[in-house]
Amino acid sequence: MSRNALGLWTMGVLSLVLVFGVPAIVETFALIDFTLFIAMAILSLSLAFVWGFGGILCFGQSAFFGLGAYTYAVAVINMGESTVPILLGILLPVILALVLGYFMFYGRVSDVYLAVITLAVSLVFYYLIGASAGEEYKIGSARLGGYNGMPSVPPINVPGNPSAAVEYEALYVPAAVLLAVVYFGLRALLASDFGRVLVSIRENEARTELLGYDARRIKTVALAIGAGIAGLSGVLFCAWGAYVSPTVFSLVFTAQIIMWILVGGLGTLTGAILGCVLIQYLATWLGETKIADVNIVLGAIFVAIVLLVPSGFVPMFARLGDTLMRRRGEAGS
Amino acid sequence: MDLAVVVVIQILYAVASLALISIGLAIIFGMMGVINFAHGEFLMMGGYAFILSYNAGVNFWIAMLVVAPVTIAVIGVVVERLIIRHLYGRVIETVLATWGLSLFLIGLAATVLGYHQKGVNPPFGTIRIGAYQEGGYTFFVIFVTLALMAALYVGFKYTRWGLIARGTMQNAQMASGIGVNVDRVYATTFGIGAALSGLAGAILAPIAGVLPEIGVTYVVKAFITVIGGGAVALAGTGAASSLFGAVSQAVTFLSRPVVGEVALLVVAIVLLRLLPLGITGRYFRRGL
Amino acid sequence: MTVKRRSFIKTSAAGAAALAAGPYFWPKGASAADTVKGGAIYDLSGDLQLFGKNQWACAEMAIDEINAAGGVLGKKLEVKTYDSQSQMQAYNQYARQMVLRDKVAVVQGGLTSSSREVIRPILHKLKTLYFYNTNYEGGVCDRNFFATGATPGGYVDLLSGEAMKRWGKKVYIMAADYNYGQITAKWIQKAVKDAGGKVVGEEFFPLTVNQFGPTISKIQAAKPDFVMNVFVGPAHASFYGQWASAGMNKRIPMVSTTFGAAGEVVRMPPEIADGIMTCYSYYEDLDIPFNKKWLAEFRKRNGTDYGYLTDVPPKDWYGWIFWAKAVNEAGTTKREKVIEVLEGGLTVDGPGGPLTMDAKTHHCTMDMYIGQAKGGKFEIQKKVAQVPPTNTGNQCDLIARPDTNVMYEPKI
Repeated sequence: MSRNALGLWTMGVLSLVLVFGVPAIVETFALIDFTLFIAMAILSLSLAFVWGFGGILCFGQSAFFGLGAYTYAVAVINMGESTVPILLGILLPVILALVLGYFMFYGRVSDVYLAVITLAVSLVFYYLIGASAGEEYKIGSARLGGYNGMPSVPPINVPGNPSAAVEYEALYVPAAVLLAVVYFGLRALLASDFGRVLVSIRENEARTELLGYDARRIKTVALAIGAGIAGLSGVLFCAWGAYVSPTVFSLVFTAQIIMWILVGGLGTLTGAILGCVLIQYLATWLGETKIADVNIVLGAIFVAIVLLVPSGFVPMFARLGDTLMRRRGEAGS
Repeated sequence: MDLAVVVVIQILYAVASLALISIGLAIIFGMMGVINFAHGEFLMMGGYAFILSYNAGVNFWIAMLVVAPVTIAVIGVVVERLIIRHLYGRVIETVLATWGLSLFLIGLAATVLGYHQKGVNPPFGTIRIGAYQEGGYTFFVIFVTLALMAALYVGFKYTRWGLIARGTMQNAQMASGIGVNVDRVYATTFGIGAALSGLAGAILAPIAGVLPEIGVTYVVKAFITVIGGGAVALAGTGAASSLFGAVSQAVTFLSRPVVGEVALLVVAIVLLRLLPLGITGRYFRRGL
Repeated sequence: MTVKRRSFIKTSAAGAAALAAGPYFWPKGASAADTVKGGAIYDLSGDLQLFGKNQWACAEMAIDEINAAGGVLGKKLEVKTYDSQSQMQAYNQYARQMVLRDKVAVVQGGLTSSSREVIRPILHKLKTLYFYNTNYEGGVCDRNFFATGATPGGYVDLLSGEAMKRWGKKVYIMAADYNYGQITAKWIQKAVKDAGGKVVGEEFFPLTVNQFGPTISKIQAAKPDFVMNVFVGPAHASFYGQWASAGMNKRIPMVSTTFGAAGEVVRMPPEIADGIMTCYSYYEDLDIPFNKKWLAEFRKRNGTDYGYLTDVPPKDWYGWIFWAKAVNEAGTTKREKVIEVLEGGLTVDGPGGPLTMDAKTHHCTMDMYIGQAKGGKFEIQKKVAQVPPTNTGNQCDLIARPDTNVMYEPKI
């Protein structure tokens, strides 16, 4: 079996365990925490795709995430039913990404300069929504609430039946299914022609364009796909906590997405999930046990990872696995 | 009339303080291609070095202009030797490492130094401008920033060390081939960048206060200014901070503080769309 | 601050074991049944820790006092504390964990309005009592919720009234662009107008703004008799140094609803801080016998490197004492019974004088003081006894309408 097929099978089995196995063995509150980790893992996947495979250093993935969350909150408060708000929470970030992608890629902005533009866009949201504390800042019946955020956002419900809320531990299974769908969807996309061209643009943009592909258009589409996934994750996050505040647009929030991916390994999808869950779990655990200042621990871990595991965990495991297999192969022959 | 003078002074001050908080980051980015996300914490530590040594009885000016930059330079060199040295040419890993360092330093400052270190009163008294009065310290910040930029220009342009540093940054292998100790040049440059950050933190301490998280307030603006300026450190920082500082301060006067903040960001977004490599990607390319 | 090495090693070892097992797979019902459980959540790390650590120090002192006096219902009160890391998401996670796993009888804590609005709906829904012990913008009307902090309806009148009496009727308002800032600014507008004064300028600042040059010029042009600020957070604290640098602190008096809440009188040199006027229900310098004893005990436990206590942290002491007293009186930790006792006008005496729970609003009546910063502490200049809590337009009546669950805002 090839490594790729092996990986696919492993992930397939893991997804089944995640969806069906986990709810059977852990406690209710743990499922609620896991739902949050899953929502964040979807966010992590969105950037892993855009950055790791599209080579687009997007420092403002939080803008799409936050826009998704706010869109969901405003729409569901006004409509009282969650199906359309969820779709809007995906659609609006996609539109923002298309506009932004057109703006940046057709102006040939790239690299760290692109990072600053996307970061600035996220911070514009941060300031503008932060300044909406007054009573006059309302969309329909939804108060934006400034830095206080929007509390008591209604949960997701069974489509068409607003009284059948899917919240607390019940949100776990749909979230886990969505994570699996996003993960395998991205793998399929990367295996398609579009995915190959995208990776080839990451490797050498000029050469790909000489082959007749329009890198600007393809990068814009990739950014939009990432934005839609980030928006979905924002919707889940908002529905999970019944709450969203402008801190989702802050530098600290957007930087943590980048850290998840670097810890897990840039250029892999599993790494994005692993890094995200690992760090979230660690922070939750530190807050409960209060062993040491969270900043000190996370900071030291990031530095240690860079120095000791420079390419992130998943590539390191993959290399280890390859070495072991080769050794076994040699011993067998 | 006197209001116009006050507005001009305030705009100059905004430009100067933006340049002041950015210059250390700009040197490190422009000369070495390293984005130091712990830059804000270098500023924060500079502030602490200043107020702690001042409260321990060191002369005000020595504490601010000597103790703070020297302390942070030493910390900078240690950081370069322990961490950054392993990561040259790997921008992304450096971002992770310096972000980690930033968190670590915030946590360390919060646990070790705490929140209750006594601050310092800004000296100089006030200056009357018609019906208004302005702090003498405002003028001091403008003056120091100008002097600092001039000194850096002279240092890089006319000294032997400046020549070696520029040569190394342009082509490290070649420099090494003709006998330059590249390792030492990198360490020194990083140390100088850190020293400038420490100095900036100390200068701003009396009028901004010192708390462990204060760096986060600075790093975003410094980052945007430096990248907006482009790869050429001095000219880029000067140009970008003039543009961003003037626009945001003028807008703040005309409108509300939040609009001023947003204006800075919008100008940065539009600027980078028009000049995808920052200001010095097109202008002042042969500058410093 | 020093970390005790032995206790650090001990907790590390325990923590390592917990990590290996993972908190999610702990056996159910492992803890002893002979304790009564409470949950506390404070910002013990991150940028709000300068509040959170003192809040927890006060809460811990109350819990120890409760246990020394025989505990709750004759059992030991066991409080599990969570560090929110100044993150709203963590409030969300831990609030549910406290109810669903730890099965606590009460949750206390939180500092910012956002943290309160994250956990209040959760605890309301999961039917677990919540005590919020911070001064805040007021207006929460929820039967499951009890507040021991002061609210602006009371102290804004006192503060602006006293300032207008001393300095004149023209006021300039500077406020955080935040619910607390916006709502408190409205109360100031109302108080100033009712007293025949005039607001000559009003400005709102994002929480990240730390450059105030333009505003200081605008204030000079508006020539107010005094400035009243409603600042929030560390960035805004930068204002005072810039104000002093421009020499304004010698020309225009400054009044604040938040100055000193985070140890500013200790951190800022007297040249900057002196003269700023505040209004709180607690100052370390209160000359009350209860306070002298209480503060001595606090210092014995926490050393002297904690800043300066005003309103907020001691209220967490009150909060726990309130709850324990109510439970002991009710004879049960059952929520309904405890609420009934609390609504029966329960009073707790403490370092800032007696607090009485108001049945209609679930907020407290308390003594308020005017204090002016001087030489690294506050000079207490005036006492107003037993100020009732804000009840915006008399809308909240939890006795008549126990199902209310809203947050009222002043209509001005």
